[in-house]
Amino acid sequence: MARRTMVQAINLALQEEMARDDRVIVLGEDVGRDGGVFRVTEGLFDRFGSERVIDTPLAESAIVGAAIGMAAYGLRPVAEIQFMGFLYGAFDQLFSHAARLRARSRGRFTCPLVVRTPYGGGIKAPELHEESTEAFFCHMPGIKVVVPSGPYTAKGLLLAALRDPDPVLFLEPTRLYRLIKEEVPEGEYIVPLGKARVVREGAGVTVIAWGSMLERVLKAVGPYDAEVIDLLTLNPFDSETILASVRKTGRVVIVQEAVKTCGFGAEIAATIAEEAILSLRGPILRVAAPDVTMPLPKLEDSYLPTLAQIARAIEEALRY
Amino acid sequence: MPDEVLATFTTRRLSILDENGQADESLLLPYDDDELSRAYELMVLARIFDERALSLQREGRLGTYPPIRGQEAAQVGSALALSPEDWVFPAFREMGVFLTLGYPISQLYQYWAGDERGQRAPDRLNIFPVCVSVGAQITHAVGAAMAARYRKDPVAVVAYFGDGATSKGDFHEGLNLAGLLRPPVVFICQNNQWAISIPVAGQTASGSLAQKAIAYGFEGIQVDGNDLFAVHRATKEALEKARSGGGPTFIECLTYRMADHTTADDAARYRPPEEVAAWAGRDPILRLERFLATRSFWSETFRADVRARATVAIDGAVVAMEAITPPSVAEMFTHTAASLTPRQAGQLEGH
Repeated sequence: MARRTMVQAINLALQEEMARDDRVIVLGEDVGRDGGVFRVTEGLFDRFGSERVIDTPLAESAIVGAAIGMAAYGLRPVAEIQFMGFLYGAFDQLFSHAARLRARSRGRFTCPLVVRTPYGGGIKAPELHEESTEAFFCHMPGIKVVVPSGPYTAKGLLLAALRDPDPVLFLEPTRLYRLIKEEVPEGEYIVPLGKARVVREGAGVTVIAWGSMLERVLKAVGPYDAEVIDLLTLNPFDSETILASVRKTGRVVIVQEAVKTCGFGAEIAATIAEEAILSLRGPILRVAAPDVTMPLPKLEDSYLPTLAQIARAIEEALRY
Repeated sequence: MPDEVLATFTTRRLSILDENGQADESLLLPYDDDELSRAYELMVLARIFDERALSLQREGRLGTYPPIRGQEAAQVGSALALSPEDWVFPAFREMGVFLTLGYPISQLYQYWAGDERGQRAPDRLNIFPVCVSVGAQITHAVGAAMAARYRKDPVAVVAYFGDGATSKGDFHEGLNLAGLLRPPVVFICQNNQWAISIPVAGQTASGSLAQKAIAYGFEGIQVDGNDLFAVHRATKEALEKARSGGGPTFIECLTYRMADHTTADDAARYRPPEEVAAWAGRDPILRLERFLATRSFWSETFRADVRARATVAIDGAVVAMEAITPPSVAEMFTHTAASLTPRQAGQLEGH
């Protein structure tokens, strides 16, 4: 086995799946000759050619819209949107079409496409290059929202996404692209969609995170008896794993990079309140970004949840 | 530093059958009597379908409905050029296309009565469901055409949309992508001159919609959209070009929306009656009847028979539509995804 970054792991998943299944087509801005602005698709153009690795014009709605047509026709397109902040231009295509095609056609046409996009802050990039607006896309029945937290889960989840019969939004935490290396085997392994994983067992408090925040949570929980849940799929999310842990610990801290109001943490908190309130010893706590626009790099460290904020929330939870 | 002309462009306009039913024989494709009577029957069927839809809506038996009156030649003429294996991406005012392709009439009514099951195309037809978000289907058509070419299938793809859609980003993104990659796609714009209350002059400063294609590197042609033969010929040629690797074509069918935008609209609020009256004289069915009157098979009896047959078909479809058992609550869940999420399954059980 080899230790790989997330960029390498995602690249490996694409290479392997494209070699296995000629229905898999990659399209997006700069994904071909350039190999993507983060080099995630590096080498695909040389190996699979311009028919299967398509450099598109700068047009997010057309990228996702064309991918919908390709998917309905029987291919398995993988559309790259260069940054999550550019996905808003394709919102109508995702919400009004990808998410609804199966329903609208009563199953006659389906939309097995994957939209990959880097998301999240902490990379000192310009405006709209550090967005974490995953909750928008969890409010769309018909689309799965998947967020790997490291190289191993990235490959296994991407293979699962590429084989899913329905559209998947695959959010890649940009800050972790090259920050972490993990053992990532060649060949097939699947990390199933819709399943969370318990990354660290504990009995005192359940800390729930996904994507970019997992790395931070794992650093913050050191001294505490914390159970850490890595959500991996936001929609549909694995409430069973969350509730089992909450029933054991009675305390919950949810850590999200996104702004607090209407973030995905709110959905988790509401679910816990509905299903396991009698197991709680104290309030459900959320660590989140403030309700402000993602700032430019000078202030981004003040925006993103910090180790200290996470630790403080854990200590507060443990007081009950 | 010269100040010179960089490029000049021209746009074609095709018209074969005039308002008096006179055809330009040099442009008219050779049609036999069966083909002519079939086209006429389909246009009459579309007209009667539409008239019935309006009366059903007034009786509360259909929901909001967008009439097609006046656009029968644009719809039947273009759809008659399609092959069964072609893919079609409609907007929401293409009932004449659905009927020409042989879509079950009762299912069309079923959809407009508010039952989504009417949108499931029969397996033999590659026609997408109605697209309510204006222009989005243009990009889907380009993607399907890219897929067809990748698969080396002898298939062409058609996207239908209206004049309003040419203002949308997806129109420009889709046509730009098509111009670059040149997949086998044909864009058919029914310029019915009104997007609800906004006339085409309120959508664009372009002299024609057809000329917009020039900017994307392929041909745009304007045809008389109330002229069955011009629409058919332009579509047939564009499809042949697409299938033989010649890339996309944009066809602007200049027609007129004779009725309201939908049954929820009142066009009298915003357009002059003289304009509507002038276009009534250019009715595509009337024009075809004048042409057919010189054919040996034409007679008043034939005309009455065609109407009678169409009426019987529509009557039967309405009876069939209203005999369909209403959808169960489970239908709301079934096709959201290939399988229900645990939460959806719980919600279904709790209903």
